[in-house]
Amino acid sequence: MNEQMNYKEEILISDKKLRNKTIISFIVFLLLLVAAVFAWKKLLQQPKVAAAPKPLRTVLNLNENFFSNFLSNKHLAKRYPLSAAAKHVRVNGNVGIGADFDPYAWKLKVIRNPGDTLFLSLQDIRALPKTDIIFDFKCIEGWSQVTHWAGVKFSDFAAKYDLNAQTQMKYVGLATPDKKYYVGIDILSIMHPQTILCYEMNGKPLPINQGYPLRLIIPVKYGIKHLKRIGTIFFSNERPPDYWFEQGYDYYSGL
Amino acid sequence: MKKVIKKHPIAIRWFHWVNFPVIAIMIWSGLLIYWANGVYRLGWSDKTVLKFFPDSFYKALHIPFRLAEGMSIHFVFMWLFAINGFIYVLYLIISGEWRLIVPNRKSLKESLLVVMHDLHVRKSLPPQKKYNAAQRIAYTMVIIMGLGSVLTGLSIYKPIQFQSLCSLLGGYEWARAEHFILTLLFTLFFVVHIIQVILAGWNNFRSMVTGLDVLKAADEMIVTPLFINNEPGANRVAIAEAKNFEPGTRNAESDKNDVILEEEKIPSEDPGIDVEPGAKNSPSADENTSTEPGETNK
Repeated sequence: MNEQMNYKEEILISDKKLRNKTIISFIVFLLLLVAAVFAWKKLLQQPKVAAAPKPLRTVLNLNENFFSNFLSNKHLAKRYPLSAAAKHVRVNGNVGIGADFDPYAWKLKVIRNPGDTLFLSLQDIRALPKTDIIFDFKCIEGWSQVTHWAGVKFSDFAAKYDLNAQTQMKYVGLATPDKKYYVGIDILSIMHPQTILCYEMNGKPLPINQGYPLRLIIPVKYGIKHLKRIGTIFFSNERPPDYWFEQGYDYYSGL
Repeated sequence: MKKVIKKHPIAIRWFHWVNFPVIAIMIWSGLLIYWANGVYRLGWSDKTVLKFFPDSFYKALHIPFRLAEGMSIHFVFMWLFAINGFIYVLYLIISGEWRLIVPNRKSLKESLLVVMHDLHVRKSLPPQKKYNAAQRIAYTMVIIMGLGSVLTGLSIYKPIQFQSLCSLLGGYEWARAEHFILTLLFTLFFVVHIIQVILAGWNNFRSMVTGLDVLKAADEMIVTPLFINNEPGANRVAIAEAKNFEPGTRNAESDKNDVILEEEKIPSEDPGIDVEPGAKNSPSADENTSTEPGETNK
């Protein structure tokens, strides 16, 4: 036994002292254990902010501050060849794209300022330079799929419709025409060169269940931010309401 | 008197016990996340040998439909896991403790002997310092696994911002699978670790709380001469010998002899019976100060 343990100095200690040391150590150990269990329970019982206990929500927001530093227009989602794009694109959610919708009457509403709203038709948007992207679409659930989309870069769109002042603000908000689904996105992410207002999938007009006539494709975010059937776009310095944020998810949800 | 070794510095104990609940929380919240796309399985084409995880497993642990909760916990406690692990490794490097953990040239061969010992194939363990060869390999592997979890985790958390890391790990899908496999390995480590701690016994567990490893054999060193001669007064010589004995000056050679002595004597004679009367009979003042009656053995 001894030779296995001579890695450190051996010391002699009275039984009494050893016993006291042991008792004190175990008391401290048990107190810390109880404190940890108590803190864990207390943490989950904290008042909720957007369905997440406040301390967790605070750290998630700090995570956004920290990791958004890495976001850059130079960091692009990996591009794939056309052959890699899925023929059967997964449909995962239909909130905000109900049957009560007239595609012929649709116009995109862009609220530039109070009382100054643009109404744009699909033809107006199709008239802008077209950008294709084939990338790995990532769902917050954990699956991903390489898919092929096309539309106008949001940054091109903003330049064309004179949204320079608006894109100096912190956030953009998007909502479906029925206002049942809505997302908020930080300006850096919406102005990312791969973010598009999308009207084509696999070279054809968007199917209804993929958000015809116009949806958002934003590779630097999880799928929850890729709003289908855009009705309204507006700008704000406050966080616009966000459907999944209200259900307890991270507001940023960036990749 | 007891002979002890300061086995685990307080820093090591702190890192260890912080890590335990943090890893548990990371695995738990990871399960809540994984459930939302629980696609991994062992099998080939249509045949599935083992599904990760069976529905009964999810139901029993109340895992379904808690993705948001899982993510919010996972992305908070990831900091504690990473920071605790980082400072731990820093401590190992600065304090030199890494020498006791990182495997050496003999470790691979010796670890087989340790495993054979633990499986009761072999009787004796090869000589070791703080940790045996199998422990060195296991504890070093688990540090590397921790680093692996941070890197695979980071590359599925921000795959575009850390794209070179993500591609290095084989891309997003592979990184997710690797992160999952590492979690299974952590769980396996945890199970084996708990079993080994139970088998190793109380002294070993206590040392991770108090830091002190109490050497039983050292006591018997003092006891051994006492039962050679039970006549009153004879103990004085034996105790004087025991007192002159300097722990620091021992070498491996004499230690080996000690072990042999111990093995030879303990089965034939029981010091618990022999020593006590001898110790009590002794009028020596030396004895009262150096060894208390009845406490010399154990």
